[in-house]
Amino acid sequence: MIRVNDLSKNYGVRLAVDSLNFEAKQGEILGFLGPNGAGKTTTMRILTGYMPPSSGNATIAGYDVVNESLEVRKRVGYLPETVPLYTDMTAHDYLKFMADLRHLPNADDAALETLDMVGLLDRANGYIGNLSKGMRQRVGLAQALIHKPEVLILDEPTIGLDPAQILEVRHLIREVGKEKTVLLSTHILSEAQQMCDRILIINKGKIVVEDTPQNLQSKLAGAQRVQLRVRGESDDLASKIAEIKGVQEVKVQTDGAIEFQFAPGKDLRPDVAKLTIELKYDLLELRPINLSLEEIFLELIREDAPVENKEGEK
Amino acid sequence: MRNIWTIAKKEFSQYFLSPIAYSVMFLLLVIVGIIFTIIFLQLSEGSFTGQEPTPPDSRPIASSLGFLLMLLLPALTMRLVADEVRMGTMELLLTAPLRDYELIVGKWLGAFLFVLVPVGITLIFPLMFHMMTEGGIDQLLLISNYLGLVLAVSAFLGMGVGISALFSNQIAALLSTLALFIIMWWLIGIPANFMQGAGNEIFKYLSLSEQFSGNFVRGTISLSSIIYFLSLTALGLVIGSTAVEIRRWR
Repeated sequence: MIRVNDLSKNYGVRLAVDSLNFEAKQGEILGFLGPNGAGKTTTMRILTGYMPPSSGNATIAGYDVVNESLEVRKRVGYLPETVPLYTDMTAHDYLKFMADLRHLPNADDAALETLDMVGLLDRANGYIGNLSKGMRQRVGLAQALIHKPEVLILDEPTIGLDPAQILEVRHLIREVGKEKTVLLSTHILSEAQQMCDRILIINKGKIVVEDTPQNLQSKLAGAQRVQLRVRGESDDLASKIAEIKGVQEVKVQTDGAIEFQFAPGKDLRPDVAKLTIELKYDLLELRPINLSLEEIFLELIREDAPVENKEGEK
Repeated sequence: MRNIWTIAKKEFSQYFLSPIAYSVMFLLLVIVGIIFTIIFLQLSEGSFTGQEPTPPDSRPIASSLGFLLMLLLPALTMRLVADEVRMGTMELLLTAPLRDYELIVGKWLGAFLFVLVPVGITLIFPLMFHMMTEGGIDQLLLISNYLGLVLAVSAFLGMGVGISALFSNQIAALLSTLALFIIMWWLIGIPANFMQGAGNEIFKYLSLSEQFSGNFVRGTISLSSIIYFLSLTALGLVIGSTAVEIRRWR
């Protein structure tokens, strides 16, 4: 559905996207994960026909994004990062305008149907300027969905929403993503994990890693890190835990929690739990610590650069 | 064509929500109304003093309206593209299945239809003259005057849209448009005074005031004047479409 070949874009001297290659199949939700300025938005803008690439090419549904831009734009629904809304229009009028631009035969019905889909039917005649941020985001999403596009490109669709709204929007995107190809960007790892079939991590315009969320987690984690919390003093326990075979890097945090990790393969959590009970500690909590996106990034950048570093050390 | 109409409809209805558009409409109608009143008073004064009053016609209304439109229309065109850029909706329009020229022509058409509303309303004034005077006013002159006005509005808006597409800031668009109009209205005709023959003709031809006040207001409809206004409109629209295209590449 989406095919990107050696795509590059430079703004003057700065290279925003650096020979990107990837593919997305129909019915797949592809997550674009990366820090700010990684080139996510630029890539999306090229795919939607907003701007041409400096070199390379991309096709959507077999149409070239530069030479057959209009055909591509007909088949793509796009939600930009800053939700493009006319605040002086009502939600209904706005969607009717978009339906007209998309040449839908019955703009009025399409607008109402889509408003229903995003749960804003009761605000149809309210001015967009009076809607909350979450509602505006949903109007923006409605705009991207109104013509039932084959490909949906969403730039940070859940940014600025409250937790309940985030769940709603995620649910909506997953529903839509069953039949359509969805490319969405985010900088929240858990979001990408929950929603996407495949994740592309990009940094400085390049793909650092491409994998399924499950593989990504285990691959990056390498060692599983666990936090343990007991009632009262825990320093003695920490030294005992450190004696278990396979347990590494035991640390006592300032709030008394013990953190440790073990190599992948054998799960040492039961052993640690047993030991804690045997030593008559009140076990309050034992949970795995997932790496945050920042840590994954640091990890990846470290993995990326070791050649130079090691040589430098020698 | 359908896309142009969709954009035009949107622009047209958005003007009815804009305080600036209402102010422009209000100013136009009030000032033309005042001019009408002054002419009206002069007429009735003449009838008291026993002098034979000169029969009124649509010329003073049309010429003042043309001048006012030149000064006020930049306030309507400044937002056409700049506002879309500011609100982020440009990204929406540029990723919709819409050609760049359709966007620009649609915006021009929406503004044009909107301005036709106040211009149409001012027809009341010559109509009142028509009813007041015996035998009515010169109707062919009226047609020439209002044809000139419609063509001038088309040219002003065409150039206005073109300039607005060059700027991301409304005030910059406003001032540049006004500057261009002032040049086109007054300054470009000045060299004609110091020239003879072809030079004189060329600069006279380029001057907006010469074309509008010199031809249409006096009742002269010539093909070359019509072409003049239509070319200015087209030039503005081409500049606008090109500017949108350039926007994509940078």
